[in-house]
Amino acid sequence: METILSIQNLWKIYPNGTVANQDVSVDIKEGTIHAIVGENGAGKTTLMKVVFGITQAKSGNISLRGTPFAPSQPSEAIDAGIGMVHQHLMLAPELTVAENIVLGVEPKRGGVFFDFDTAVQTAQETSEKYQLAVPVDKLISELPIGTRQRVEILKALYRNAELLILDEPTAVLTPQETEILFQTLDQLKEQGKTIVFISHKLKEVKRIADTVTIMRAAKVIDTKPASELSIEGIAELMVGHKIDLSRVAAPEHIGPAKLSVRNLNMTRDDGVEAVRKVSFEVAGGEILGVAGVEGNGQTELVRALVGLLPVDSGEILVGSTDIARLSPKEIRQLGVSHIPEDRMEDGVAPLMSIQENIIVDRYEKPDFSTWFRIFWKNVLAHTVGLIRDYRIHAGSPKHEISSLSGGNIQKCVVARELSADPDVVVASQPTRGVDIGSWEHLHSLIVEARNRGRAVFLVSADLDEVLKLSTRIIVMFEGEIVARFEDASTVTAQDLGPYMLGIKRQEESSATVSA
Amino acid sequence: MQQFLLKNFDAVRTAIAILIGMLICVLLIILVSSSPGDSISIFLFGPFSSQRTIASIFEIATPIIFTGVALSIAFQAEQFYIGAEGAFYITAAVGTAFAVSTSMPWFFHIPLILLVSGTFGGLWGLIPGYLKARFNTSEVVTALMLNFVALYAGLYLINNFFRDRAAGFMVSFRLPESAELSRFIDRTRIHWGVVLALVVAVWAYYFLYHTRTGYEIRTVGHNPKFARFGGINVFKVIIIVHILTGAIAGMGGMVEIMGIHRRFNWQDLPGQGWDGVIVAIIGRMHPLYVVAAAIFLGYLRVGGQQLRLMSDVPFELVLVIQSAIILLITARAFLSQWEARMVIRQASEEAES
Repeated sequence: METILSIQNLWKIYPNGTVANQDVSVDIKEGTIHAIVGENGAGKTTLMKVVFGITQAKSGNISLRGTPFAPSQPSEAIDAGIGMVHQHLMLAPELTVAENIVLGVEPKRGGVFFDFDTAVQTAQETSEKYQLAVPVDKLISELPIGTRQRVEILKALYRNAELLILDEPTAVLTPQETEILFQTLDQLKEQGKTIVFISHKLKEVKRIADTVTIMRAAKVIDTKPASELSIEGIAELMVGHKIDLSRVAAPEHIGPAKLSVRNLNMTRDDGVEAVRKVSFEVAGGEILGVAGVEGNGQTELVRALVGLLPVDSGEILVGSTDIARLSPKEIRQLGVSHIPEDRMEDGVAPLMSIQENIIVDRYEKPDFSTWFRIFWKNVLAHTVGLIRDYRIHAGSPKHEISSLSGGNIQKCVVARELSADPDVVVASQPTRGVDIGSWEHLHSLIVEARNRGRAVFLVSADLDEVLKLSTRIIVMFEGEIVARFEDASTVTAQDLGPYMLGIKRQEESSATVSA
Repeated sequence: MQQFLLKNFDAVRTAIAILIGMLICVLLIILVSSSPGDSISIFLFGPFSSQRTIASIFEIATPIIFTGVALSIAFQAEQFYIGAEGAFYITAAVGTAFAVSTSMPWFFHIPLILLVSGTFGGLWGLIPGYLKARFNTSEVVTALMLNFVALYAGLYLINNFFRDRAAGFMVSFRLPESAELSRFIDRTRIHWGVVLALVVAVWAYYFLYHTRTGYEIRTVGHNPKFARFGGINVFKVIIIVHILTGAIAGMGGMVEIMGIHRRFNWQDLPGQGWDGVIVAIIGRMHPLYVVAAAIFLGYLRVGGQQLRLMSDVPFELVLVIQSAIILLITARAFLSQWEARMVIRQASEEAES
């Protein structure tokens, strides 16, 4: 097979100083599905952005079918036959499918006016040619996400893409939609297209890819045929050492319930039921893990627990106080800590200093201020202590927190939340996008909080994390609890799968907990 | 060197922007003036030529320090409240009305006038503040519209009830002597207002960087979601910020009347509120830098006046420098390539080692 795209010794450094690609070399063969895997922040997406002309490399060579290629903008890459489907789809929601497909290269009537009929016709032809069924005259906003993604692929094919780049295409899809996407990709491969598939979901990579390139910390670690690699093998190369997935020992002592949720119902802004009749309890000294495909109500549930979203009905008891209508501050004062899902959005103010980020929940404590004045000296000493205790790699507490790496920013957030001496810890995606060293360190911190008798409520899209840490597990699907596992130590990912996908459900699971 | 530049990049950028602005001005003088050498030296050194001109710098800077510091507080909370102009104007009108209708010894009168005008300015700022906090109304639009309300309400008040018909033009009655801020340097109009302005600036600095509320204000400005997450009452912060901005700007207006004009004589918005926006931006919303920026603006204005008096160059040239500097400072991309190159060089050195 011929090499269609060859990348040699490519370096990319972002203006904020992040080295995203360090001496990267990859060859992609024509007519194959080539997966690029790596943890968040490993540099996969950046590499493809360089190929697609969204950003430019500092040094290195790219050649397309043997000729040097250095696109300075996406239109050059498109002209050269490259198409990219972004993780967040780039479609105009208020236009029809046909209009989106021809956008930018519209058929014109008399060279001036948009020719809608021809657009619909060409869109239909393209759809049939590649056997990708889409309703060409529907608005994008009326379509489910899987179909929208198909429109994106068609858009690229309509522009004669020979090399198709898909950036984490399955992140937003349901399992069924994922399978349909994979059939599409196989079909396109048979028609001679080359596909670059960026992912960090190893099972999917194993299922679809011919060749796998593994990236870690901005570098390419290895490129191998998929048949020669096992899932465990890829995982090991991805993180740099054997991952310890062995579960943590069960807690020795479980106390009384510290967080009880009873019959909670929530509605999203768009009127969809987000959380339905959810009830559970978390006792001191245990970790209750929530498994589920993202977007099944976990985010809303977590935000309700910490007072950032209103509930329709139901109770949230911390101890014996109903917090469902209290402010975030009042809830914190009752001993609830929150490790938020999106740390840059909710967890920190990126341009403020580390110490200013640390004290957001405690600046009113007598150690740190009077009614008027803040004692920065005490704040500084406190922050220095946390940086030491939580092994945060930071120059000075006065530096901007955004100058730290993702893992260290997360450690600051966790340090703040766990050092608040909480009764209840609500942790949402506590290790998302952090390096493996921080991953394990953060886990040990959460377990330590558990051992100190805190009630930990853990939501994570990372099943390994849920299985490793949880004492008990509940599974959420479409806003409901569809399964409960009272002893997490015997549960496997295979057991959870059917519940997460909504194929199975335990009948008694949605009933009120019999405490 | 690279380290130093990166660390102080904002300051370096501001300095370069000012330099370029001055350079543009010098070039323009060379173009329009028949004796460019003289004109340039009048422009650059004229402001220092006599005690009177030096004093002018501070007279001009005084009200701008008030409005600039006021706006710094709003801007730090990411509230683009641009109603300082209106607050400045109407508070001066209301303060004048109060001052001419009361009489008492100066050590009661002056603090009381300041208290009344500060309170009124705060209430004036509360209008857009409450609308923003409660209904998420754009404070830019409401404040801008309220500037016109301020103008006509102020004119109505002064011209109908406090107009001094003996004066021959549209002005209020003269303030009683007990309400005047006295001038303490001979042959200048430098008055105690300049001391008040400095006190306010130092207080605002302390308030923003060393108090609970200041911390809350800056946190809301940096990331309101984070502030809410941490338990800060964002509603309260928005209200406080608007009240303070209105109060300080308003007090500045009254101080200008008490120190310089001694009667209300503005038939139009005087512009110090807008100058406040300029110095708040040049001073990067830091109250102490704002003082420096206001003095710099005063220097430019006096230089412009000197040009008008003593050369063939028009005063409007000063506006060119102002605009050029603001443009360069607010354009986030200005010199960002340079900064990026330095960061990249440093990062690749670290990656390779």
